[in-house]
Amino acid sequence: MSEAVDFRYIGTRPVRPDGLDKVTGRANFGADFTLPGMLHGRFLRSPHAHARILNIDLEAALAVPGVKAIVTGKDFPEVEPGDIQGGEGAGDYHDLAVNVMARDKVLYHGHAVAAVAATSVRAAEQAIRAIKVEYEVLPAVLDIDSAMAANAPLLHEQLYTEGLPEKPARPSNVAQVMESTRGDIEAGFAEADVIIERTYITPTVHQGYIEPHACVARWGQDEQSLIWCATQGSFDVRSMTARVLGLNVSRLKVIPSEIGGGFGGKTTIYLEPVAIMLSRRSGRPVKLVMTREEVFRASGPASASKIKLKIGARKDGSLTAMYAWLGYEAGAFKGSPMVPGVMCVFAPYDVPAFKAEGYDVLVNKPKVAAYRAPGAPQALFATESAMDELARELGMDPIELRLKNAVRDGSQAAYGPKFNSIGLEACLEAARAHPNYQRPLEPGQGRGVAVGFWFNVGMQSSAEIHVNEDGTATVIEGNPDIGGSRASMALMAAEELCIPYENVRVVVADTESAGFTNVTGGSRVTFATGMAVIEAARDIISQLKQRAAALWNVDEDMVDWVDGKVVPKPGINVEAEPMSLADMAAESAKTGGPLLGRASLNARGAGPAFSVNLCDVAVDPETGKVDVLSFTAIQDAGKAIHPSYVEGQMQGGAVQGIGWALNEEYVYNGDGVMENAGFLDYRIPVASDLPMIDTQILEVPNPGHPYGVRGVGETPIVAPLAAVANAVSAATGLRMTELPLSPPRIVAALEAAKG
Amino acid sequence: MAQVHLPQQLERLTGGDRVLELAVPDYRSLIAALEERYPGIRGAIEKDFAVVIDGDIINDPLLEPIPPEAEIHFLHRIGGG
Repeated sequence: MSEAVDFRYIGTRPVRPDGLDKVTGRANFGADFTLPGMLHGRFLRSPHAHARILNIDLEAALAVPGVKAIVTGKDFPEVEPGDIQGGEGAGDYHDLAVNVMARDKVLYHGHAVAAVAATSVRAAEQAIRAIKVEYEVLPAVLDIDSAMAANAPLLHEQLYTEGLPEKPARPSNVAQVMESTRGDIEAGFAEADVIIERTYITPTVHQGYIEPHACVARWGQDEQSLIWCATQGSFDVRSMTARVLGLNVSRLKVIPSEIGGGFGGKTTIYLEPVAIMLSRRSGRPVKLVMTREEVFRASGPASASKIKLKIGARKDGSLTAMYAWLGYEAGAFKGSPMVPGVMCVFAPYDVPAFKAEGYDVLVNKPKVAAYRAPGAPQALFATESAMDELARELGMDPIELRLKNAVRDGSQAAYGPKFNSIGLEACLEAARAHPNYQRPLEPGQGRGVAVGFWFNVGMQSSAEIHVNEDGTATVIEGNPDIGGSRASMALMAAEELCIPYENVRVVVADTESAGFTNVTGGSRVTFATGMAVIEAARDIISQLKQRAAALWNVDEDMVDWVDGKVVPKPGINVEAEPMSLADMAAESAKTGGPLLGRASLNARGAGPAFSVNLCDVAVDPETGKVDVLSFTAIQDAGKAIHPSYVEGQMQGGAVQGIGWALNEEYVYNGDGVMENAGFLDYRIPVASDLPMIDTQILEVPNPGHPYGVRGVGETPIVAPLAAVANAVSAATGLRMTELPLSPPRIVAALEAAKG
Repeated sequence: MAQVHLPQQLERLTGGDRVLELAVPDYRSLIAALEERYPGIRGAIEKDFAVVIDGDIINDPLLEPIPPEAEIHFLHRIGGG
């Protein structure tokens, strides 16, 4: 499907159309919307990690001046179970409803218990303090081992492990098990000359989007309701909110605001049904905005994980067998990204025998949400750390070892199908040749290498293109713009219609104005919605040829589209001047009315993306501080529509992965209370912490896209965890298997090594 | 004949069968043939799995044709962040 063509606009770097608004503060985000008579809402959240709610007394709270409505779990309808299709961790509709507002039990510290709408934030907070809740505190489980222990306290008495041959006799905190095998691993390990076996731990981390969750909702007396919110998927907000409230989706209009980061964390809902319910009770619009503390305590972070990994290889470096046991924390409801973790843990390598077994484990923490390439960073932290150690054991260059075992076109992926047109080998070769890989290191410094991978997805998208009377165009689509997608859509429309980029305006429309479109996530927007934009533009071109044929009084197959103009095909004897889009737009009233192109599709052919990262660090042995000296991200983008925004994805993913590796973690006390719920104590990297992230885009065209595009948003976060850990291991001479590699952990490791 | 790789996660329904060959013109026929052999597999596949036809991952394959020598796999549906 991919066509080798010389592009006019694809691959150029114009300024993004939303850029000026965003850097000048004029853009409207989730909390920026206001309606007349609007109330302000606040939540009462659980002070316990696990407790039964015995009684909620609202009397004093309702008496607070300015309070207009209070809702608790009793005010929401029962919701039947049913799988949510969406980002990893999307889970189940019943669980979603109970996560939005607790019913009979609270399952984590911060779980919503009640919400108040009042004429001021102060009045709402006063009412929250006046609500009296009687709890029966229950024992909590806070990590994979304790949750899986025999006789562990249960979060859900009716949860039985899925994925076993028979339904188990007793309920469990393990929601699902999964196994994936190929070949005889016992024989494979018996053939190995070297075996590496380690346990790798990663903590709970947050996506760290700067904009907190926020929405404004207005219940209509005609039951037509409005939601304005910051989300990665307005149609998902509509369907989830409708399901939680028992409404028809046509009763809800969702207007997506600009979004200040999501990274997977805004593919679900927390506020919207509560705001609608408060609005319904009060008869007035209601705004809900999470504080930063609430974002940490009550929105969905990424899974903590425990992965036991064993790999075997011959002396020449060829892998003989791999084994992985993968435990992922789901939080309080089932649905960790264990499944993609199992599917991708061996994805970069062609290994004759493997076994991976995964466990989706419930703990008394917030329900996890998707975070870029859900499940993959944890899995490949383990695999790529072990590959690094194997290279050292064998005395091989780590890139050489990976090249020896890398999957290539025609390799059978560990997760099933054969790979076709992939760029892992090209990324490894580029890394080996990169100047940053050749630079000499000084004492106390270390270099790490790691591979990243993500599947990428297609899913459903729609697009319309309206041609204006002067030949400019408006693209209507439904994906909130997180990473520069307006610019990418405009480039693709400009490319097809042969009009300047500046002549295309892209509108991210609400759920009543755009055709159904799946979430902005899964690295799918430039690929799938871009494909819809290309098809919509080709729909216009097809109409142009029909209309030109009518004007020229010839058959349609006698007309061609060449260099942005309809022309008679060679040899067609007709007196006709070539006509551009602007020429045809000027004639549209005479040829059938306004020009409108449409496309809706369920995109397939999303090619997987590989990356290779190089990281150099210096470790201060006295303080344990790690300085990242250089970081190089190399990735196959298929075709970079707007290279700056591809590089931005690579740099952003690298920075988030470096933070995951070095500093970020939820610190819990023994009662399950997060002790660092703020950006002062939960430390994400800032600009002054890091060098410029070097990038190198490779373009191995994806045959599943007209321009060769493959998704680029998720793969960048996968490799940094191991790249950093391998660099720190090299610098210290100690194998680092537990993240984050914070100063106290490094000092402790160095002290322990001294004996 | 298409070579059909059954999902390992559904071994409880397939009795341990991993690969079989079927002559089916399209996905609808494929899933009907599988359901006849392994009762209950249709629902399990539709709930959690995408199909892969010659390397092309398809989430909603009902109307997909299946080439005569196709290689078919089933994958847990992937979303993303």
